[in-house]
Amino acid sequence: MSSEASSALAHQFDDLAQQSEAATLGMWVFLVTEVLFFGGLFLSYIVYRASYPEAFASGSHHLDVMLGAVNTAVLIGSSLTMALAVHAAQEGRRREVVLFLLGTLLLGGVFLGIKGIEYGHKFAQGLVPGPSFVFPAPHARQVQLFFALYFAMTGLHAAHMVIGIGVLSVLTVMAWRGHFSAVYYAPVEIAGLYWHFVDIVWIFLFPLLYLIGRH
Amino acid sequence: MNSPVEAAVAVGTEDRGAELREHYLNVSYGVKSWLLTTDHKRIAWLYLVSISLFFFLGGAFAVLIRLELMTPQGDLVLAETYNKLFTMHGLIMIFFFLVPSIPAVLGNFLIPLMIGARDLAFPRLNLASWYIYTFGGLFTLGAVVAGGVDTGWTFYTPYSSTYANSHVILTALGVFITGFSSILTGLNFIVTIHTMRAPGLTWFRLPLFIWAHYATSLIMILGTPVLAIAILLVGVERLFRIGIFDPALGGDPLLFQHLFWFYSHPAVYIMVLPAMGVISEVITCFSRKRIFGYTFIAFSSIAIAVLGFLVWGHHMFVSSQSVYAGMIFSFLSMLVAIPSAVKVFNWTATLYKGAVSYHTPMLYALGFIGLFTIGGLTGLFLASLGLDVHVHDTYFVVAHFHYIMVGGAIMAYLGGLHFWWPKMTGRMYPEGWARLSALILFVGFNLTFFPQFVLGYLGMPRRYHVYPEEFQILNVMSTAGASILGVGYLIPMVYLVWSLRYGAIASANPWRATGLEWDTPSPPPTDNFSTTPIVTREAYAYSLQEAERVV
Repeated sequence: MSSEASSALAHQFDDLAQQSEAATLGMWVFLVTEVLFFGGLFLSYIVYRASYPEAFASGSHHLDVMLGAVNTAVLIGSSLTMALAVHAAQEGRRREVVLFLLGTLLLGGVFLGIKGIEYGHKFAQGLVPGPSFVFPAPHARQVQLFFALYFAMTGLHAAHMVIGIGVLSVLTVMAWRGHFSAVYYAPVEIAGLYWHFVDIVWIFLFPLLYLIGRH
Repeated sequence: MNSPVEAAVAVGTEDRGAELREHYLNVSYGVKSWLLTTDHKRIAWLYLVSISLFFFLGGAFAVLIRLELMTPQGDLVLAETYNKLFTMHGLIMIFFFLVPSIPAVLGNFLIPLMIGARDLAFPRLNLASWYIYTFGGLFTLGAVVAGGVDTGWTFYTPYSSTYANSHVILTALGVFITGFSSILTGLNFIVTIHTMRAPGLTWFRLPLFIWAHYATSLIMILGTPVLAIAILLVGVERLFRIGIFDPALGGDPLLFQHLFWFYSHPAVYIMVLPAMGVISEVITCFSRKRIFGYTFIAFSSIAIAVLGFLVWGHHMFVSSQSVYAGMIFSFLSMLVAIPSAVKVFNWTATLYKGAVSYHTPMLYALGFIGLFTIGGLTGLFLASLGLDVHVHDTYFVVAHFHYIMVGGAIMAYLGGLHFWWPKMTGRMYPEGWARLSALILFVGFNLTFFPQFVLGYLGMPRRYHVYPEEFQILNVMSTAGASILGVGYLIPMVYLVWSLRYGAIASANPWRATGLEWDTPSPPPTDNFSTTPIVTREAYAYSLQEAERVV
């Protein structure tokens, strides 16, 4: 059996069921490592939020809740289209898989676009940490820490979005060319897991960064 | 000596079939067939070669450190250079040798064989892990060539952020990248062990080597990402001048220590748990007895992995951590002694009334038990709050972790390498030379590191290149020991390479050991087994009666 098998079954597996079980478990384990990866940042956020509550509250006042809320809706919408794509793949409906994947890609792109606009505003307002940071109110240093965490957390999240969009683009082409069937759809399914995970990270980021302590 | 094992070795030399048969080593030739392989057995060799190079590089730094410490004055290197020497020694030995050593070489080679699979679940990911490791290694080598890094392997802020003027970013990037190799290896092992076991191979029939690697993989996937993010934050802080860990800008340097040790304490168990897995295999084989307390040893690996995540604060007893936090971390650290002792007692009970034979792997295993026990017990000294204040950052600590890392992990690595060498290469190593070098290593190791316990207890701090005159005798002893140790590492290097061509041909099962890896020819075919094995019994079906009959 050649290693680049023409069939979807890799040589080390006995059957497709075993292969799909391994792939799915692999993605879940990977997501666990991702939780820990983001976890370090969440811990830093918790520590500094507890140390400097006022500074963090005044920092979050400078975030655009409207754009954040729209982005949350966009991302939840993309999770819906992703779930529909997985469902269509399970039933072997090729056209729908492609359509829903394209929808997911579109919404992911919208999210990144809005995020880019937000970043642009922060640059314009001098809220990007570093030597050029200006904040004319008290606790400027601690507010800078808030923005450092804001950029680190949303930046890492955006990097994950970009990777997700790359993966889904490849899958869209593969789906278009008829690589998947009702028997073999594991790649779509595990890419879906990843996409939902990235979505969930945002569901935590949005309230932590934008909402807590505003009032 | 007329042990059953020896008799089997003699039988093994009769078997000349391996020359003609196709196996994973002769199936294809050329650099490309190795660099693009997805065979777990070949990838194990890629790791073996790379980690050996790093081992000798890290060892070279150790040689310079010991030479400097022969005299109380700083006559060989400047203080700054010395800082770089111990930093590079630690970084290379930990991240580029010890962490990948047993898992990436022996684990990679043996896990599919031991569970009756054709390969790991994700062979291409496995190869990618090696490339990631190598890529990270190149960054670190680049940092060495560019002038080194002087923060200590721990990258403590603000040494690594505000005050460092050496190549922190380059080195940190190397460690960051290599971390992903470790994560992906752990992921691959976990998925493989869950989904690829042969029919009939239930969890409690698995070799303890597999249990140990499962526990290790858990730590790799749960700990390493946290180190990655901590290092990433240090990099961001240095690059963009943001004070995440800088108190002058509102940050907290202690947060770095928490994040760092959340990985780096469990990392100790990444290094020693696979070693324990090797010891469990070797002890039971050369005692010709079923392992004593299988389930206890299996679960003690998991217990060590879990408890290992709850004790990081014992590195920070003197870092202004609250006394209450210190007390809890101290208590939890003591708890780790329980699963560790469970293993040591069970190994000892396995030896009891066994038909023990003293082949090289067994010599290393017995050495491991003794040295690990000393290292573990001195760990309890350090876990005690009051005593730790006295010996913190002294040579006592240095001696303690070298007993675990060198006396434990490296002894087991070498023992395992000898034990499975016939399987990996199809050749026997020269037993006489191997026993001699095991002995030299044991003597050299103890002479190097035991004096350091005394030095530390007398108050000699670590990480200084000068010291008071009265410490010289013990330091000279230590340096003398280190040169013996160095010879002990070079001899196996020579005879193992020699044996690749001139060693006696090994049979499929020269030790008459149990375990699926011995049911397939040495060296194994690319697909490991001609037919998928079906497992019908527990692991370690050794019997003393059988041993006596052969004698």
